[in-house]
Amino acid sequence: MRPESEEELARLVAEAAGPLRIRGGGTREIGRPVPGEVVETGGLSGITLHEPGALTLVARAGTPLSEIDAQLAGDGQRLAFEPMDHRPLLGTAGAPTIGGVIAAGVSGPRRIAVGAARDFLLGVRFVDGAGTVVSNGGRVMKNVTGYDLVKLMAGSWGTLGILTEVSLKVLAKPAAEATLIARGLSATEGVAALSRALTSPFDVTGAAHLDAATTGGDSETRVRIEGLEGSVAYRLRALRSGALPGWETAEGEASAALWREVRDVLPFAGRQGAVWQVSVKPTDGPHVSQALREAGIEHAALYDWGGGRVWLLTPDAGDAGAASLRAATRGLGGHATLLRASPATRAAVPPFPPRANGVAALDAALRAKFDPRGILNPGLMA
Amino acid sequence: MEMPAPSAAVLAKRDRIVERLRKLLPADAVIDDPAETRAYECDALTAYACSPLAVVLPSTTEEVSAILGLCHAEQVPVVPRGAGTSLAGGSLPTEDSVILGVARMTEVLETDYDNRFIRVQTGRTNLSVTGAVEEDGFFYAPDPSSQLACAIAGNIAMNSGGAHCLKYGVTTNNLLGVTLVQMDGTVLELGGAHLDPGGLDLLGVVCGSEGQLGVVTEATLRILPKPEGARPVLMGFFSNEIAGACVSDIIKAGVLPVAIEFMDRPCIRACEAFAKAGYPDVEALLIVEVEGSETEIEEQLGLILQIARRHEPEVLREAADADEAARIWLGRKSAFGAMGQINDYICLDGTIPVSKLPEVLRGIRELSRGYGLEVANVFHAGDGNMHPLILFNANEGELGKAEALGADILTLCVEVGGCLTGEHGVGIEKRDLMSVQYTPADLEAQMRVKDVFDPAWLLNPAKVFPLAASASRRIAAE
Ligand SMILES: Cc1cc2nc3c(=O)[nH]c(=O)nc-3n(C[C@H](O)[C@H](O)[C@H](O)COP(=O)(O)OP(=O)(O)OC[C@H]3O[C@@H](n4cnc5c(N)ncnc54)[C@H](O)[C@@H]3O)c2cc1C
Repeated sequence: MRPESEEELARLVAEAAGPLRIRGGGTREIGRPVPGEVVETGGLSGITLHEPGALTLVARAGTPLSEIDAQLAGDGQRLAFEPMDHRPLLGTAGAPTIGGVIAAGVSGPRRIAVGAARDFLLGVRFVDGAGTVVSNGGRVMKNVTGYDLVKLMAGSWGTLGILTEVSLKVLAKPAAEATLIARGLSATEGVAALSRALTSPFDVTGAAHLDAATTGGDSETRVRIEGLEGSVAYRLRALRSGALPGWETAEGEASAALWREVRDVLPFAGRQGAVWQVSVKPTDGPHVSQALREAGIEHAALYDWGGGRVWLLTPDAGDAGAASLRAATRGLGGHATLLRASPATRAAVPPFPPRANGVAALDAALRAKFDPRGILNPGLMA
Repeated sequence: MEMPAPSAAVLAKRDRIVERLRKLLPADAVIDDPAETRAYECDALTAYACSPLAVVLPSTTEEVSAILGLCHAEQVPVVPRGAGTSLAGGSLPTEDSVILGVARMTEVLETDYDNRFIRVQTGRTNLSVTGAVEEDGFFYAPDPSSQLACAIAGNIAMNSGGAHCLKYGVTTNNLLGVTLVQMDGTVLELGGAHLDPGGLDLLGVVCGSEGQLGVVTEATLRILPKPEGARPVLMGFFSNEIAGACVSDIIKAGVLPVAIEFMDRPCIRACEAFAKAGYPDVEALLIVEVEGSETEIEEQLGLILQIARRHEPEVLREAADADEAARIWLGRKSAFGAMGQINDYICLDGTIPVSKLPEVLRGIRELSRGYGLEVANVFHAGDGNMHPLILFNANEGELGKAEALGADILTLCVEVGGCLTGEHGVGIEKRDLMSVQYTPADLEAQMRVKDVFDPAWLLNPAKVFPLAASASRRIAAE
């Protein structure tokens, strides 16, 4: 089914006889496989407003991301939260949509500096599980009028409603960027260096460490600076003579390519194995890898967000490391999501992290309110 | 302002409730002497006041849980309270309610610089969070003007902002986790020192829920390394339109100042008379502040001044030293005090798209003439968050007229694509205007969230939603 308008979608949901699988570009097949008839959002497409001087963009949920990127680039702007393109890693095809980015709550390396997708989402319109159209938030940058359902919708994977329109805060693309690089550090040393950079006043907008198993050679630790020309030059100097002594420099396009690699987790694309996305506090990142090592599980680790987001490539056998990872994140505080695995593994291991009892009860009660018949991507986040 | 009639059943068992509360808490943590509960009869929206049934001042999450469990069993409404600086009546009690104040919960529980967070009890004031990490070169970014007094608890409940949120975001963008006690006493951890929820973003909906979903007792907050320096520049323009266009051009240019503040002539004059900051007598004034090292400040200001000059400013004043910088901020920072000196005032808080600034300022001027009440404007222009101050004389019974003007101005904000409140919250003040911005289905969706977190509708129940909209739920719960 491919509704051409919000009203048509609302009617379709209201009249649905069974479960619905909601699809934007179909590039992020993540979570439990979902039964049901496919509802595509591609018919709800188009940028409805872009006001560069107000840093605002409003678009229908099915709008291809490429269209949005092009529109913003025309005015020297961009989506600052740097959403990952999942296609290389998951081996999917299709054109990612803005609705998919928001529903999946996708952010990239710059998230540590500027915030996540949810932080740039100003407003939403969606159709809930009863077929009712709901709007929340708006198009202005500061808005505390009523409850913030905008945050709730971001990252809800279509399980509370089908997004039809999103308003976003956008930012200017800075004039310059550069990356500082060190090689051969251990994960602990690398993350410690990233902490030094992130606790400096130099507005670091990317902080990643790729271990040797990830690069296939020496490990690589990267720190990104963006801004006006003079400012970037100044900060590079300041960091190289302070927190990051003698690190190499990559500028312009060479720097940008390094961060596309981190953003899209390209070192794991095309490699065999399961992929995990782990969230912990940054200095705990290396402990997650340690836990796998102790369990005798071979793996590669790519640390983003200063160590706070760990991408892991593990053997796609047994539980793919689930027991060790989930025990580790439970102990440390954080969570682990199985992002890529064979259907057999995904059927055996819940891809989304288990939630504490009281929290799980709230999740279930919210879903029962917003989708009383349980027809929207049922079970996807279970 | 209409409030629901207090529950006769609760009032009838007042003594028993107080007695049971005393069993849970140290003697000095339960207040029911009317002479003392009066201190809690209102917040900063002083036009409305009502003494609560009792006030409790717990010191720990366990005590909060015990209090809520008891109130839940006795079906007593609870109004959470931080420092009571809400401008929306968010912490206004009702006669049948228990005020649960977190003012004694002020501890710093953990500071972690490597991971850039601090964990505090939520009764701690906003400024003293920065105070706890400042010597080590860090700060907590959201900076409401009330930061000396207001508590993190209230900041989270209202999702408060401040002058510097153009760059750093508001509370929700700097909040990593909370300990939340539900009305039935259940204690939950949402979020933590890690980023992102790994499931539905419940933290996101708790922030800004105005004390209606649970009591927040502890919070993990993001702290940031202090910038090397900051410098403001002051600009005076011939009209609001020109100043508005200048704001838009600065934002478009790709320099993101940490603050862009706007004042119009009535406000400038009042501030000048009060604070004598040496402001020029112009139609519209902007204060733009940038951060960084000396060279970075020069680079950014160079660009900003170049843009400003294209708009033919009447005055351009750079701060040569710290003293001059302080003088540039002096008038702005004393704006509310200045207004308080000359008049009673209502401070509105609507947000509009930046592009509509001139149109809305014109509209406000017309409305102000129509009502015969003066309106001064001072606000965070970079993000369109307006603060029209409606001046009136309470002794001459002008409150009703001022409120009506306020409602018209906020309606105008919504009509141009904005919203009723950018940082102060709905409370009781804007409760009945919610239908201007939201359809019944939109409100229903929000109330469902309250149904889930607080099925008995006992937490701060008569706020945020128009009474008619929430009536069936509040009554069903009784
Ligand atoms: C002079 C002045 C200037 C101001 N400037 C700004 C500004 O620049 N920006 C801005 O955003 N606001 C501003 N405010 C408004 C106000 O300071 C903020 O809303 C502040 O966050 C309220 O904090 P509080 O601790 O005083 O909360 P309170 O007034 O005590 O309570 C506010 C709300 O929070 C709820 N609440 C309190 N504690 C808890 C808890 N533990 N758990 C759950 N809910 C709770 C209450 O029920 C109520 O709904 C200003 C106010 C004044 C008087």
